[in-house]
Amino acid sequence: MENVNFLYDLLGKNIISVVLVISLPLMFVLVYALIAILAELKVSAWIQERLGPMRTGPWGILQPIAEVVKLIQKEDITPDKSSKLLYNLAPFIIFTGAYAAFAVIPFSEYFVPAGINLGLFYIFAVGSISAIGIVMGGWASNNKYSLMGAMRSVAQLISYEVPAAMAVLSIVVLASTMNMQEINKIQSGWFWNWFIFGGPGTIAKLWVIPFTMGLGLIYFISSLAETNRVPFDIPEGESELVAGFHTEYSGMKFAMFFFAEYANMFVVAAVLTTIFLGGWNSPFNDFMQGPIWGVFWFVSKAFSVVLVQIWIRWTLPRFRVDQLMYIGWKVLLPLSFICFMAISLYVMLK
Amino acid sequence: MIQYLKNIWAGLSSTFIGMRITWKHLFVKKVTIQYPDERFQLPEKARNRLYLEMSKCNGCNSCAIACPVNCITVETIRVSPDDPHQEVHFNGKDRKLWVSRYDIDFAKCCYCGLCTAVCPSEAIQHTTEYEYSVYKREDLLYKFQTLTPEQVKEKERLLAEFRAIEKVCHPETDAKPAEKKVVDKPTE
Repeated sequence: MENVNFLYDLLGKNIISVVLVISLPLMFVLVYALIAILAELKVSAWIQERLGPMRTGPWGILQPIAEVVKLIQKEDITPDKSSKLLYNLAPFIIFTGAYAAFAVIPFSEYFVPAGINLGLFYIFAVGSISAIGIVMGGWASNNKYSLMGAMRSVAQLISYEVPAAMAVLSIVVLASTMNMQEINKIQSGWFWNWFIFGGPGTIAKLWVIPFTMGLGLIYFISSLAETNRVPFDIPEGESELVAGFHTEYSGMKFAMFFFAEYANMFVVAAVLTTIFLGGWNSPFNDFMQGPIWGVFWFVSKAFSVVLVQIWIRWTLPRFRVDQLMYIGWKVLLPLSFICFMAISLYVMLK
Repeated sequence: MIQYLKNIWAGLSSTFIGMRITWKHLFVKKVTIQYPDERFQLPEKARNRLYLEMSKCNGCNSCAIACPVNCITVETIRVSPDDPHQEVHFNGKDRKLWVSRYDIDFAKCCYCGLCTAVCPSEAIQHTTEYEYSVYKREDLLYKFQTLTPEQVKEKERLLAEFRAIEKVCHPETDAKPAEKKVVDKPTE
Protein backbone atom coordinates (compact mmCIF):
# COMPACT_ATOMS: atom_id res chain seq x y z
CA MET A 1 0.00 0.00 0.00
CA GLU A 2 1.27 3.41 -0.94
CA ASN A 3 1.47 5.99 1.80
CA VAL A 4 1.60 9.69 1.16
CA ASN A 5 3.83 11.71 3.44
CA PHE A 6 4.38 15.30 2.49
CA LEU A 7 7.81 15.50 4.12
CA TYR A 8 9.12 12.54 2.13
CA ASP A 9 7.65 14.08 -1.01
CA LEU A 10 9.36 17.37 -0.33
CA LEU A 11 12.76 16.25 0.93
CA GLY A 12 13.09 12.73 -0.34
CA LYS A 13 13.64 9.86 2.07
CA ASN A 14 16.88 10.81 3.80
CA ILE A 15 18.05 11.10 7.37
CA ILE A 16 16.86 14.70 7.79
CA SER A 17 13.34 14.01 6.61
CA VAL A 18 13.12 10.89 8.77
CA VAL A 19 14.22 12.80 11.86
CA LEU A 20 11.73 15.54 10.99
CA VAL A 21 8.93 13.03 10.60
CA ILE A 22 9.82 11.50 13.96
CA SER A 23 10.11 14.78 15.82
CA LEU A 24 7.05 16.53 14.37
CA PRO A 25 4.59 14.61 16.58
CA LEU A 26 6.90 15.20 19.57
CA MET A 27 6.68 18.96 19.11
CA PHE A 28 2.96 18.58 18.71
CA VAL A 29 2.74 16.55 21.94
CA LEU A 30 4.71 19.13 23.91
CA VAL A 31 2.54 22.02 22.74
CA TYR A 32 -0.63 19.98 23.10
CA ALA A 33 0.29 18.88 26.64
CA LEU A 34 0.71 22.50 27.72
CA ILE A 35 -2.67 23.41 26.25
CA ALA A 36 -4.28 20.34 27.79
CA ILE A 37 -2.87 21.17 31.23
CA LEU A 38 -4.23 24.69 30.93
CA ALA A 39 -7.58 23.32 29.76
CA GLU A 40 -7.64 20.95 32.71
CA LEU A 41 -6.93 23.78 35.16
CA LYS A 42 -9.41 26.15 33.60
CA VAL A 43 -12.23 23.67 33.02
CA SER A 44 -11.92 22.34 36.53
CA ALA A 45 -12.04 25.87 37.88
CA TRP A 46 -15.00 26.94 35.78
CA ILE A 47 -16.99 23.85 36.63
CA GLN A 48 -16.42 24.64 40.30
CA GLU A 49 -17.30 28.29 39.60
CA ARG A 50 -13.79 29.48 40.31
CA LEU A 51 -11.62 31.64 38.08
CA GLY A 52 -8.66 29.29 37.94
CA PRO A 53 -5.10 30.53 37.43
CA MET A 54 -5.22 34.24 36.59
CA ARG A 55 -1.83 35.66 37.54
CA THR A 56 0.70 34.09 35.16
CA GLY A 57 0.23 35.88 31.89
CA PRO A 58 -3.07 37.25 30.66
CA TRP A 59 -5.88 35.15 32.17
CA GLY A 60 -3.23 32.75 33.43
CA ILE A 61 -2.44 31.25 30.05
CA LEU A 62 1.25 30.91 30.94
CA GLN A 63 0.48 28.77 33.98
CA PRO A 64 1.47 25.41 32.38
CA ILE A 65 4.81 26.91 31.29
CA ALA A 66 5.40 28.10 34.83
CA GLU A 67 4.61 24.62 36.10
CA VAL A 68 7.05 22.99 33.71
CA VAL A 69 9.75 25.47 34.73
CA LYS A 70 9.02 24.67 38.36
CA LEU A 71 9.26 20.93 37.73
CA ILE A 72 12.59 21.33 35.93
CA GLN A 73 14.02 23.27 38.86
CA LYS A 74 12.96 20.75 41.47
CA GLU A 75 15.33 18.31 43.06
CA ASP A 76 15.39 14.90 41.45
CA ILE A 77 15.08 12.45 44.32
CA THR A 78 15.86 8.75 44.07
CA PRO A 79 14.80 6.88 47.20
CA ASP A 80 17.65 5.19 49.01
CA LYS A 81 16.11 1.72 49.14
CA SER A 82 14.73 1.77 45.61
CA SER A 83 15.95 -0.28 42.71
CA LYS A 84 17.89 2.46 41.00
CA LEU A 85 17.92 1.19 37.42
CA LEU A 86 14.25 0.30 37.20
CA TYR A 87 13.23 3.40 39.12
CA ASN A 88 15.04 5.70 36.72
CA LEU A 89 13.96 3.77 33.64
CA ALA A 90 10.23 3.70 34.36
CA PRO A 91 9.27 7.27 33.35
CA PHE A 92 11.09 6.95 30.05
CA ILE A 93 9.41 3.65 29.26
CA ILE A 94 6.01 5.09 30.01
CA PHE A 95 6.62 8.11 27.82
CA THR A 96 8.05 5.91 25.08
CA GLY A 97 4.93 3.77 25.20
CA ALA A 98 2.72 6.80 24.96
CA TYR A 99 4.77 8.39 22.21
CA ALA A 100 5.24 5.24 20.14
CA ALA A 101 1.53 5.21 19.40
CA PHE A 102 1.91 8.52 17.57
CA ALA A 103 3.76 6.67 14.81
CA VAL A 104 0.55 5.50 13.16
CA ILE A 105 -1.80 8.36 13.97
CA PRO A 106 -2.94 9.94 10.72
CA PHE A 107 -2.86 13.68 11.27
CA SER A 108 -3.77 14.45 7.71
CA GLU A 109 -4.22 12.88 4.32
CA TYR A 110 -0.59 13.69 3.61
CA PHE A 111 0.97 13.14 6.98
CA VAL A 112 1.18 9.97 8.97
CA PRO A 113 4.60 9.19 10.45
CA ALA A 114 4.44 5.48 9.56
CA GLY A 115 1.41 4.35 7.62
CA ILE A 116 1.63 0.65 8.39
CA ASN A 117 -1.20 -1.69 7.47
CA LEU A 118 -1.65 -2.95 11.02
CA GLY A 119 -2.01 0.51 12.53
CA LEU A 120 -4.78 -0.28 15.01
CA PHE A 121 -3.13 -3.51 16.06
CA TYR A 122 0.13 -1.63 16.60
CA ILE A 123 -1.58 0.96 18.81
CA PHE A 124 -2.93 -1.78 21.04
CA ALA A 125 0.47 -3.43 21.19
CA VAL A 126 2.42 -0.33 22.20
CA GLY A 127 -0.40 0.88 24.43
CA SER A 128 0.44 -1.92 26.83
CA ILE A 129 4.06 -0.79 27.16
CA SER A 130 2.97 1.90 29.58
CA ALA A 131 1.62 -0.82 31.87
CA ILE A 132 5.14 -2.23 32.13
CA GLY A 133 6.44 1.22 32.97
CA ILE A 134 3.81 1.67 35.65
CA VAL A 135 4.62 -1.67 37.28
CA MET A 136 8.32 -0.90 37.04
CA GLY A 137 7.94 2.49 38.67
CA GLY A 138 5.58 1.21 41.33
CA TRP A 139 7.65 -1.81 42.20
CA ALA A 140 11.05 -0.14 42.13
CA SER A 141 9.94 2.74 44.35
CA ASN A 142 9.95 0.38 47.35
CA ASN A 143 6.81 2.02 48.65
CA LYS A 144 3.57 0.30 49.55
CA TYR A 145 1.43 2.99 47.99
CA SER A 146 3.34 2.84 44.75
CA LEU A 147 3.12 -0.94 44.59
CA MET A 148 -0.58 -0.87 45.33
CA GLY A 149 -1.18 1.74 42.65
CA ALA A 150 0.83 -0.20 40.11
CA MET A 151 -1.07 -3.40 40.85
CA ARG A 152 -4.41 -1.68 40.54
CA SER A 153 -3.33 0.02 37.36
CA VAL A 154 -2.36 -3.23 35.67
CA ALA A 155 -5.53 -5.00 36.80
CA GLN A 156 -7.52 -2.13 35.34
CA LEU A 157 -5.55 -2.00 32.11
CA ILE A 158 -5.95 -5.71 31.45
CA SER A 159 -9.67 -5.60 32.21
CA TYR A 160 -10.42 -2.66 30.00
CA GLU A 161 -8.23 -3.55 27.07
CA VAL A 162 -10.58 -6.37 26.17
CA PRO A 163 -13.76 -4.31 25.58
CA ALA A 164 -11.66 -1.60 23.91
CA ALA A 165 -10.16 -4.18 21.58
CA MET A 166 -13.62 -5.60 20.84
CA ALA A 167 -14.88 -2.12 19.96
CA VAL A 168 -11.95 -1.52 17.65
CA LEU A 169 -12.28 -4.98 16.12
CA SER A 170 -15.91 -4.36 15.28
CA ILE A 171 -14.90 -1.29 13.31
CA VAL A 172 -12.17 -3.33 11.65
CA VAL A 173 -14.86 -5.79 10.58
CA LEU A 174 -16.93 -2.91 9.26
CA ALA A 175 -14.01 -1.29 7.42
CA SER A 176 -12.19 -4.52 6.45
CA THR A 177 -8.83 -2.87 7.13
CA MET A 178 -6.55 -2.09 10.04
CA ASN A 179 -4.78 0.73 8.26
CA MET A 180 -5.87 3.92 9.95
CA GLN A 181 -5.39 5.97 6.80
CA GLU A 182 -7.68 3.61 4.88
CA ILE A 183 -10.29 3.75 7.63
CA ASN A 184 -10.24 7.53 7.32
CA LYS A 185 -10.66 7.40 3.57
CA ILE A 186 -13.70 5.11 3.88
CA GLN A 187 -15.41 7.67 6.12
CA SER A 188 -15.06 10.61 3.71
CA GLY A 189 -18.12 12.56 2.73
CA TRP A 190 -20.83 13.82 5.05
CA PHE A 191 -20.70 13.16 8.77
CA TRP A 192 -23.26 10.37 8.53
CA ASN A 193 -20.54 8.36 6.81
CA TRP A 194 -18.58 8.25 10.05
CA PHE A 195 -18.41 4.87 11.70
CA ILE A 196 -20.19 6.11 14.78
CA PHE A 197 -23.19 6.51 12.46
CA GLY A 198 -22.67 3.10 10.86
CA GLY A 199 -20.22 4.08 8.14
CA PRO A 200 -21.09 4.67 4.51
CA GLY A 201 -23.99 2.59 3.26
CA THR A 202 -27.59 2.53 2.17
CA ILE A 203 -30.70 3.05 4.26
CA ALA A 204 -30.26 -0.53 5.49
CA LYS A 205 -27.48 0.65 7.82
CA LEU A 206 -30.00 2.37 10.08
CA TRP A 207 -30.45 -0.64 12.37
CA VAL A 208 -26.71 -0.89 12.98
CA ILE A 209 -26.36 2.73 14.19
CA PRO A 210 -27.29 1.99 17.85
CA PHE A 211 -24.62 -0.69 17.91
CA THR A 212 -21.89 1.52 16.49
CA MET A 213 -22.85 4.34 18.84
CA GLY A 214 -22.74 1.88 21.73
CA LEU A 215 -19.31 0.77 20.60
CA GLY A 216 -18.17 4.36 20.51
CA LEU A 217 -19.33 4.77 24.08
CA ILE A 218 -17.71 1.48 25.13
CA TYR A 219 -14.43 2.50 23.55
CA PHE A 220 -14.58 5.91 25.20
CA ILE A 221 -15.22 4.42 28.65
CA SER A 222 -12.45 1.86 28.21
CA SER A 223 -10.06 4.54 27.01
CA LEU A 224 -10.74 6.52 30.17
CA ALA A 225 -9.72 3.46 32.15
CA GLU A 226 -6.62 2.88 30.03
CA THR A 227 -5.36 6.41 30.61
CA ASN A 228 -6.05 6.18 34.36
CA ARG A 229 -8.39 9.14 34.23
CA VAL A 230 -11.22 9.84 36.64
CA PRO A 231 -13.55 8.00 37.25
CA PHE A 232 -11.07 5.17 36.66
CA ASP A 233 -8.19 6.75 38.55
CA ILE A 234 -7.90 4.21 41.35
CA PRO A 235 -4.20 3.62 40.47
CA GLU A 236 -3.44 7.16 41.59
CA GLY A 237 -6.35 7.80 43.90
CA GLU A 238 -5.06 10.69 45.97
CA SER A 239 -7.31 10.06 48.93
CA GLU A 240 -6.21 6.44 49.35
CA LEU A 241 -2.80 6.01 47.78
CA VAL A 242 -1.11 9.43 48.07
CA ALA A 243 -0.32 9.51 44.35
CA GLY A 244 -0.28 5.86 43.34
CA PHE A 245 2.61 4.57 41.31
CA HIS A 246 4.37 7.96 41.04
CA THR A 247 4.35 8.74 44.76
CA GLU A 248 8.14 8.74 45.01
CA TYR A 249 8.88 10.60 41.79
CA SER A 250 9.82 14.23 41.73
CA GLY A 251 11.09 16.88 39.37
CA MET A 252 11.54 16.01 35.73
CA LYS A 253 10.72 12.33 36.18
CA PHE A 254 7.34 13.26 37.57
CA ALA A 255 6.92 15.61 34.61
CA MET A 256 7.55 12.65 32.30
CA PHE A 257 4.66 10.78 33.95
CA PHE A 258 2.57 13.86 33.59
CA PHE A 259 3.38 14.30 29.92
CA ALA A 260 2.85 10.60 29.30
CA GLU A 261 -0.63 10.82 30.81
CA TYR A 262 -1.57 13.71 28.55
CA ALA A 263 0.05 12.07 25.52
CA ASN A 264 -1.94 8.91 26.29
CA MET A 265 -5.11 10.94 26.53
CA PHE A 266 -4.43 12.30 23.08
CA VAL A 267 -3.65 8.87 21.67
CA VAL A 268 -6.95 7.37 22.79
CA ALA A 269 -8.75 10.49 21.63
CA ALA A 270 -7.01 10.20 18.27
CA VAL A 271 -7.97 6.56 17.92
CA LEU A 272 -11.56 7.39 18.81
CA THR A 273 -11.49 10.21 16.27
CA THR A 274 -10.02 8.02 13.59
CA ILE A 275 -12.24 4.99 13.92
CA PHE A 276 -15.51 6.61 14.99
CA LEU A 277 -15.47 10.29 14.15
CA GLY A 278 -14.07 10.30 10.64
CA GLY A 279 -10.49 11.34 11.42
CA TRP A 280 -9.32 14.19 9.23
CA ASN A 281 -12.51 14.27 7.19
CA SER A 282 -14.62 17.37 7.21
CA PRO A 283 -18.12 16.71 8.55
CA PHE A 284 -19.62 18.54 5.56
CA ASN A 285 -18.50 16.64 2.49
CA ASP A 286 -16.20 18.90 0.42
CA PHE A 287 -16.57 21.95 2.62
CA MET A 288 -13.15 22.74 4.13
CA GLN A 289 -11.83 19.37 2.98
CA GLY A 290 -8.14 19.11 2.20
CA PRO A 291 -4.76 18.12 3.61
CA ILE A 292 -4.28 21.26 5.72
CA TRP A 293 -7.89 21.46 6.81
CA GLY A 294 -7.46 17.76 7.61
CA VAL A 295 -4.98 18.64 10.36
CA PHE A 296 -7.43 21.19 11.66
CA TRP A 297 -10.35 18.77 11.71
CA PHE A 298 -8.32 15.96 13.20
CA VAL A 299 -6.79 18.02 15.99
CA SER A 300 -10.04 19.79 16.83
CA LYS A 301 -11.99 16.54 16.94
CA ALA A 302 -9.36 14.84 19.08
CA PHE A 303 -9.10 17.84 21.35
CA SER A 304 -12.87 17.89 21.79
CA VAL A 305 -12.65 14.29 22.95
CA VAL A 306 -9.89 15.29 25.38
CA LEU A 307 -12.13 18.08 26.66
CA VAL A 308 -14.92 15.58 27.22
CA GLN A 309 -12.46 13.46 29.20
CA ILE A 310 -11.64 16.50 31.34
CA TRP A 311 -15.33 17.35 31.66
CA ILE A 312 -16.08 13.82 32.89
CA ARG A 313 -13.21 14.04 35.34
CA TRP A 314 -14.91 16.93 37.13
CA THR A 315 -18.34 15.30 37.01
CA LEU A 316 -17.92 11.79 38.33
CA PRO A 317 -16.42 10.47 41.55
CA ARG A 318 -13.94 7.62 41.61
CA PHE A 319 -15.10 4.00 41.29
CA ARG A 320 -14.43 1.38 43.91
CA VAL A 321 -12.21 -1.49 42.83
CA ASP A 322 -15.07 -4.00 42.74
CA GLN A 323 -17.29 -1.59 40.80
CA LEU A 324 -14.47 -1.11 38.35
CA MET A 325 -14.16 -4.85 37.75
CA TYR A 326 -17.94 -5.19 37.53
CA ILE A 327 -18.18 -2.54 34.82
CA GLY A 328 -15.25 -3.94 32.90
CA TRP A 329 -16.10 -7.63 32.88
CA LYS A 330 -19.84 -7.80 33.39
CA VAL A 331 -21.10 -4.76 31.53
CA LEU A 332 -18.71 -3.53 28.88
CA LEU A 333 -17.43 -6.91 27.75
CA PRO A 334 -20.83 -8.62 27.11
CA LEU A 335 -22.20 -5.49 25.50
CA SER A 336 -19.18 -5.16 23.22
CA PHE A 337 -19.62 -8.82 22.20
CA ILE A 338 -23.27 -8.20 21.36
CA CYS A 339 -22.35 -5.17 19.28
CA PHE A 340 -19.57 -7.14 17.59
CA MET A 341 -22.05 -9.90 16.64
CA ALA A 342 -24.56 -7.38 15.33
CA ILE A 343 -21.97 -5.64 13.20
CA SER A 344 -20.63 -8.93 11.87
CA LEU A 345 -24.21 -9.87 10.90
CA TYR A 346 -24.63 -6.54 9.17
CA VAL A 347 -21.39 -6.98 7.23
CA MET A 348 -22.44 -10.53 6.24
CA LEU A 349 -25.85 -9.39 4.98
CA LYS A 350 -24.47 -6.38 3.12
CA MET B 1 -31.56 -9.60 33.85
CA ILE B 2 -34.00 -6.69 33.97
CA GLN B 3 -32.25 -5.41 37.06
CA TYR B 4 -28.94 -5.64 35.23
CA LEU B 5 -30.20 -3.55 32.32
CA LYS B 6 -31.83 -1.11 34.71
CA ASN B 7 -28.53 -0.68 36.51
CA ILE B 8 -26.75 0.08 33.26
CA TRP B 9 -29.43 2.56 32.27
CA ALA B 10 -29.31 4.20 35.71
CA GLY B 11 -25.53 4.52 35.49
CA LEU B 12 -25.59 6.03 32.01
CA SER B 13 -28.50 8.39 32.56
CA SER B 14 -27.17 9.66 35.88
CA THR B 15 -23.80 10.29 34.23
CA PHE B 16 -25.50 12.39 31.58
CA ILE B 17 -27.49 14.27 34.19
CA GLY B 18 -24.28 14.98 36.08
CA MET B 19 -22.54 16.11 32.92
CA ARG B 20 -25.42 18.43 32.10
CA ILE B 21 -25.12 19.99 35.54
CA THR B 22 -21.37 20.50 35.28
CA TRP B 23 -21.84 21.90 31.77
CA LYS B 24 -24.25 24.51 33.13
CA HIS B 25 -21.76 25.43 35.84
CA LEU B 26 -19.11 26.07 33.21
CA PHE B 27 -20.88 29.23 32.10
CA VAL B 28 -22.36 30.75 35.22
CA LYS B 29 -20.84 33.79 36.87
CA LYS B 30 -17.87 32.79 38.97
CA VAL B 31 -18.24 33.11 42.72
CA THR B 32 -14.58 33.90 43.36
CA ILE B 33 -13.02 37.29 42.67
CA GLN B 34 -9.49 38.46 41.94
CA TYR B 35 -9.05 39.52 45.52
CA PRO B 36 -6.47 42.28 45.79
CA ASP B 37 -7.65 43.78 42.49
CA GLU B 38 -11.34 43.70 43.28
CA ARG B 39 -12.93 43.49 46.69
CA PHE B 40 -16.17 42.54 48.28
CA GLN B 41 -18.52 45.25 49.44
CA LEU B 42 -18.12 45.07 53.21
CA PRO B 43 -21.31 44.56 55.21
CA GLU B 44 -22.61 47.70 56.90
CA LYS B 45 -21.74 46.55 60.41
CA ALA B 46 -18.59 44.61 59.53
CA ARG B 47 -16.28 44.21 62.50
CA ASN B 48 -12.68 44.79 61.49
CA ARG B 49 -9.72 46.45 63.13
CA LEU B 50 -10.58 48.70 66.08
CA TYR B 51 -9.68 52.34 66.33
CA LEU B 52 -9.69 54.46 69.45
CA GLU B 53 -10.44 58.17 69.17
CA MET B 54 -8.33 59.36 72.10
CA SER B 55 -9.98 62.78 72.34
CA LYS B 56 -13.27 61.01 73.14
CA CYS B 57 -11.87 58.40 75.54
CA ASN B 58 -12.52 59.20 79.17
CA GLY B 59 -10.45 56.29 80.51
CA CYS B 60 -13.41 54.52 82.13
CA ASN B 61 -11.87 51.07 81.51
CA SER B 62 -15.27 49.54 80.48
CA CYS B 63 -13.83 48.20 77.25
CA ALA B 64 -11.05 46.34 79.07
CA ILE B 65 -13.60 44.86 81.48
CA ALA B 66 -15.98 43.86 78.70
CA CYS B 67 -13.30 42.27 76.57
CA PRO B 68 -13.71 38.47 76.75
CA VAL B 69 -10.10 37.78 75.73
CA ASN B 70 -8.43 40.58 77.69
CA CYS B 71 -6.77 42.11 74.70
CA ILE B 72 -7.28 45.72 75.86
CA THR B 73 -5.04 47.21 78.54
CA VAL B 74 -5.90 50.64 79.94
CA GLU B 75 -3.89 52.62 82.45
CA THR B 76 -4.91 56.06 83.63
CA ILE B 77 -3.56 58.93 85.74
CA ARG B 78 -5.80 61.40 87.48
CA VAL B 79 -5.53 64.90 86.12
CA SER B 80 -3.82 67.14 88.61
CA PRO B 81 -5.61 70.49 89.04
CA ASP B 82 -2.22 72.21 88.93
CA ASP B 83 -1.44 70.82 85.51
CA PRO B 84 -1.13 73.64 82.98
CA HIS B 85 -2.13 71.15 80.28
CA GLN B 86 -5.90 70.67 80.52
CA GLU B 87 -8.22 69.13 77.99
CA VAL B 88 -11.90 69.50 77.28
CA HIS B 89 -13.94 66.47 76.32
CA PHE B 90 -16.11 66.28 73.24
CA ASN B 91 -19.14 66.76 75.49
CA GLY B 92 -17.74 69.99 76.88
CA LYS B 93 -16.61 68.68 80.29
CA ASP B 94 -13.04 68.73 81.58
CA ARG B 95 -10.92 65.65 81.29
CA LYS B 96 -10.63 63.81 84.61
CA LEU B 97 -8.18 61.07 83.69
CA TRP B 98 -5.13 61.03 81.48
CA VAL B 99 -4.95 57.77 79.53
CA SER B 100 -1.29 56.94 79.95
CA ARG B 101 -1.58 53.59 78.23
CA TYR B 102 -4.13 52.15 75.85
CA ASP B 103 -2.99 48.93 74.12
CA ILE B 104 -5.03 46.59 71.95
CA ASP B 105 -3.41 43.28 71.10
CA PHE B 106 -4.98 42.28 67.78
CA ALA B 107 -3.33 38.89 67.98
CA LYS B 108 -5.79 38.17 70.79
CA CYS B 109 -8.78 40.21 69.60
CA CYS B 110 -11.77 38.10 68.58
CA TYR B 111 -13.68 40.93 66.91
CA CYS B 112 -16.76 40.41 69.04
CA GLY B 113 -17.47 44.12 69.23
CA LEU B 114 -18.34 44.16 72.95
CA CYS B 115 -15.90 47.01 73.62
CA THR B 116 -17.70 49.22 71.11
CA ALA B 117 -21.01 48.32 72.69
CA VAL B 118 -20.05 49.32 76.22
CA CYS B 119 -18.07 52.44 75.37
CA PRO B 120 -20.02 55.37 76.85
CA SER B 121 -18.51 57.96 74.52
CA GLU B 122 -18.23 55.86 71.34
CA ALA B 123 -14.48 56.40 71.39
CA ILE B 124 -13.62 52.86 70.28
CA GLN B 125 -15.04 51.92 66.88
CA HIS B 126 -14.58 49.32 64.18
CA THR B 127 -12.92 50.54 61.01
CA THR B 128 -13.13 49.05 57.52
CA GLU B 129 -9.47 48.03 57.62
CA TYR B 130 -8.93 44.26 57.55
CA GLU B 131 -5.53 43.80 55.86
CA TYR B 132 -2.88 44.27 58.51
CA SER B 133 -1.01 41.00 58.74
CA VAL B 134 2.54 41.35 60.02
CA TYR B 135 5.59 39.13 60.30
CA LYS B 136 5.99 39.34 64.06
CA ARG B 137 3.25 38.82 66.60
CA GLU B 138 4.52 41.77 68.64
CA ASP B 139 3.70 44.08 65.74
CA LEU B 140 0.02 43.41 66.29
CA LEU B 141 0.14 45.24 69.62
CA TYR B 142 -1.36 48.60 68.75
CA LYS B 143 -0.70 51.55 71.08
CA PHE B 144 -3.31 54.26 71.03
CA GLN B 145 -2.07 56.61 73.75
CA THR B 146 -1.32 60.14 72.60
CA LEU B 147 0.89 61.11 75.54
CA THR B 148 4.61 60.68 75.18
CA PRO B 149 6.52 58.85 77.97
CA GLU B 150 7.97 62.18 79.10
CA GLN B 151 4.49 63.65 79.36
CA VAL B 152 3.33 60.60 81.34
CA LYS B 153 6.21 61.06 83.76
CA GLU B 154 5.38 64.75 84.03
CA LYS B 155 1.73 63.99 84.79
CA GLU B 156 2.69 61.39 87.38
CA ARG B 157 5.03 63.85 89.04
CA LEU B 158 2.37 66.57 89.05
CA LEU B 159 -0.18 64.20 90.57
CA ALA B 160 2.25 63.05 93.24
CA GLU B 161 3.04 66.68 94.11
CA PHE B 162 -0.64 67.50 94.28
CA ARG B 163 -1.27 64.52 96.54
CA ALA B 164 1.59 65.47 98.81
CA ILE B 165 0.25 68.98 99.16
CA GLU B 166 -3.25 67.66 99.73
CA LYS B 167 -1.99 65.30 102.41
CA VAL B 168 -0.40 68.13 104.26
CA CYS B 169 -3.41 70.41 103.96
CA HIS B 170 -6.25 67.90 104.38
CA PRO B 171 -4.97 64.78 106.13
CA GLU B 172 -8.53 63.40 106.54
CA THR B 173 -8.91 62.93 102.80
CA ASP B 174 -6.14 60.39 102.91
CA ALA B 175 -8.47 57.43 103.22
CA LYS B 176 -10.49 58.01 100.08
CA PRO B 177 -12.46 54.96 99.05
CA ALA B 178 -11.34 55.43 95.47
CA GLU B 179 -7.72 54.93 96.42
CA LYS B 180 -8.28 51.80 98.44
CA LYS B 181 -6.27 48.85 97.36
CA VAL B 182 -8.40 46.38 95.46
CA VAL B 183 -8.65 43.02 97.14
CA ASP B 184 -9.33 39.95 95.10
CA LYS B 185 -11.25 37.98 97.70
CA PRO B 186 -14.23 39.53 99.44
CA THR B 187 -13.55 40.04 103.13
CA GLU B 188 -15.58 37.95 105.51
